[in-house]
Amino acid sequence: MTTPMTIAVLSGGISHEREISLRTGRRVADALTERGHTVVVLDPDADLFARLDEVAPDVVWPALHGSSGEDGALLGLISAHGLKYVGPAPSSARLAWSKPVAKTLVGRAGIHTADSLTVTREAFRELGAANVLRLITRALGSHIVVKPAQGGSAQGVTVVNDVEGLPRAMVDAFTYNDVAVVEKFIPGTEVSATVVDLGHGPRVLPLVEIVPVDGTYSFEARYTAGETNFFVPARVSDDASRLTSEAALRAYTALGLDSLARIDLIIDESGSPFFLEANTLPGLTETSSAPLAIEADGLTVGEVYETLARRAASR
Amino acid sequence: MNSTNPTSGAINLDPWFGHYADRASGLSASEVRALFAVASRPEVVSLAGGMPFVRALPEDLVSNALARVMRESGPMALQYGSGQGLPVLREQILEIMALEGISASADDVVVTTGSQQALDLVTKLFIDPGDVILAEAPSYVGAIGVFRSYQAQVVHLETDADGLVPDALAAGIARLRAEGRTIKFLYTIPNFHNPAGVTLSAERRPEIIRICAEAGILILEDNPYGLLHFDEPVPPALRSLSADGVIYLGSFSKTLAPGFRVGWALAPHAIREKLVLMAEAAILCPSSFSQLVISEYLSQADWKTQITAFRGVYQERRDAMLESLAEHLPELTWNVPNGGFYIWVGLPDDLDSKAMLPRAVTELVAYTPGTAFFADGGGRQNMRLSFCYPSPEAIRLGIRRLATVISGERDLLETFAGTGRLTPTQTGDSVTAPPPDLS
Repeated sequence: MTTPMTIAVLSGGISHEREISLRTGRRVADALTERGHTVVVLDPDADLFARLDEVAPDVVWPALHGSSGEDGALLGLISAHGLKYVGPAPSSARLAWSKPVAKTLVGRAGIHTADSLTVTREAFRELGAANVLRLITRALGSHIVVKPAQGGSAQGVTVVNDVEGLPRAMVDAFTYNDVAVVEKFIPGTEVSATVVDLGHGPRVLPLVEIVPVDGTYSFEARYTAGETNFFVPARVSDDASRLTSEAALRAYTALGLDSLARIDLIIDESGSPFFLEANTLPGLTETSSAPLAIEADGLTVGEVYETLARRAASR
Repeated sequence: MNSTNPTSGAINLDPWFGHYADRASGLSASEVRALFAVASRPEVVSLAGGMPFVRALPEDLVSNALARVMRESGPMALQYGSGQGLPVLREQILEIMALEGISASADDVVVTTGSQQALDLVTKLFIDPGDVILAEAPSYVGAIGVFRSYQAQVVHLETDADGLVPDALAAGIARLRAEGRTIKFLYTIPNFHNPAGVTLSAERRPEIIRICAEAGILILEDNPYGLLHFDEPVPPALRSLSADGVIYLGSFSKTLAPGFRVGWALAPHAIREKLVLMAEAAILCPSSFSQLVISEYLSQADWKTQITAFRGVYQERRDAMLESLAEHLPELTWNVPNGGFYIWVGLPDDLDSKAMLPRAVTELVAYTPGTAFFADGGGRQNMRLSFCYPSPEAIRLGIRRLATVISGERDLLETFAGTGRLTPTQTGDSVTAPPPDLS
């Protein structure tokens, strides 16, 4: 029996993903409590650091999806407050949080990424929206994915199948963020690769293939149990699986991630993996893919979360 | 528990995914509803929910009633009660309804778990899948949810500043009958409508009664806000004009407190008998505890003065909202409600209230998109603003933030004007209303 820890799980916050963060936080807290630890769940506000002083946790588990939780800001402040936390360095979180920056870094590490353009709201205003839209479709075609440069849970994301739908897709992305990424749509198998470092170096867990019932991995498909079918391991060839796991690991390393991350990829029809995005605080809700990968690896979420917390506490 | 398909190997996180009834379709996670989670944070000014400002209710009024109930009727309060509700409370409910001109027998009152349960029971009693329910355009989101769950077809009817338009009702009935469709009842909120804020004029009330009587259509009159008027009282209830053709729903949620979960239905005798049987099948009986506390409150406290106090609180908030709208958002349209909780705002054609909500959340203000109040996809150019819960200062701040949101969204849309379709695609996001515990 190892010594129980006091762990502060941070969840909630004021990002668009508050609801999802609360779900992740609850699941993490339950799993750690079951392992015998004292867990305090805190919803960050002006009293956060005072509360953390009262709780005096051995380690903080930030489960804050969305802005301040994933952009590295809060991680830096937790660290500056002299507390240990589960997760990457603030600078790494910041890099991964920006989809275009992460794509660039991962691409430089030799991993395929979908052809894309990063566009700002300002560019549309300055250069004329019609001109920019024309350039986008000329460069990427009309089967494209538009997403805010930051954010998760498919919020503000649109798969565009024809040119007519592009202006609205841009507006929807800019409603969340002033920078958007437009990517060429890559047909293929959508997989998530959970990378975990339990003290022996990062390791990719079995790939989880995602097959939404209605074809799109939308917010509804992500968070309504039953709306998505998962295949673990993914139904791809051994070669494709190996290449994809290698790509996920390289992405994790290129971005300087730590502890636990989820790398989202598409495996195209030839079996080549394409990096989509990295999640430094992957969803750990009842409908998330990372817990499925953990279980498929023969582990329990409690074991994994406990090991990650203990490892972070001992740094 | 997960289920793995033995043939395909697919893992489905809901092993009962294929087992749900058809009426459960649409009960899925909703991006819009998830956004409302942020509105519960203190940094956010929520103009979205419909929570009454219960802090305006002196605590001792309730605690005295509570203490007395436990002291004098404790075992009864903790026991099952009648499925129809406590006789003494039903008598007191008659006094409340008399304020709006209703004369009835306590025997025809059924106490329910909030008037929401009465809505559910009436719908269960009358609706077969595909039956038509007529409703104002817009209509109460909670009613639409109930109607959907019984697979009714909701047909919205034109509503203006004087409430439901009688000609639209008559024309709607004629058209639907000509199409061979079965109309089961008209659902209407005649006073300080949620969300439209309008009140059905005195002149139109007998006309609505006449049209429905001639067409043999039952009226379901939902009146939670009628006593919360600011200037002049509302006209007599529809039920006061027709004892046989109207089921009247009332509630203590707005005039006392929603935490008791006590409402009622006043129904024609034959319907009432069936409602009681259905209520017993659903919940056995409404809360004895809540009923006794409310009954004690009504008998001991000056509840009419308390309602007057509530009116003052809400009127001040309504005024703050109207003034702020006029100052910061003169390009929008809105009604001036003479009571209740809500202002119904019209947006310029290019704006979409549902699509704009993420930007509002970023700016720390929340509203309810108009789409929540239509069963047919309408309402994108409307939003409901609630003035019931936030303080006047918070309301002013919220409207200022809303002005920033609207300005930002218009600016964005202007950037893309003329480039192609800017109308959002309809999504399956059917739940666009806030949860009941949102301020």
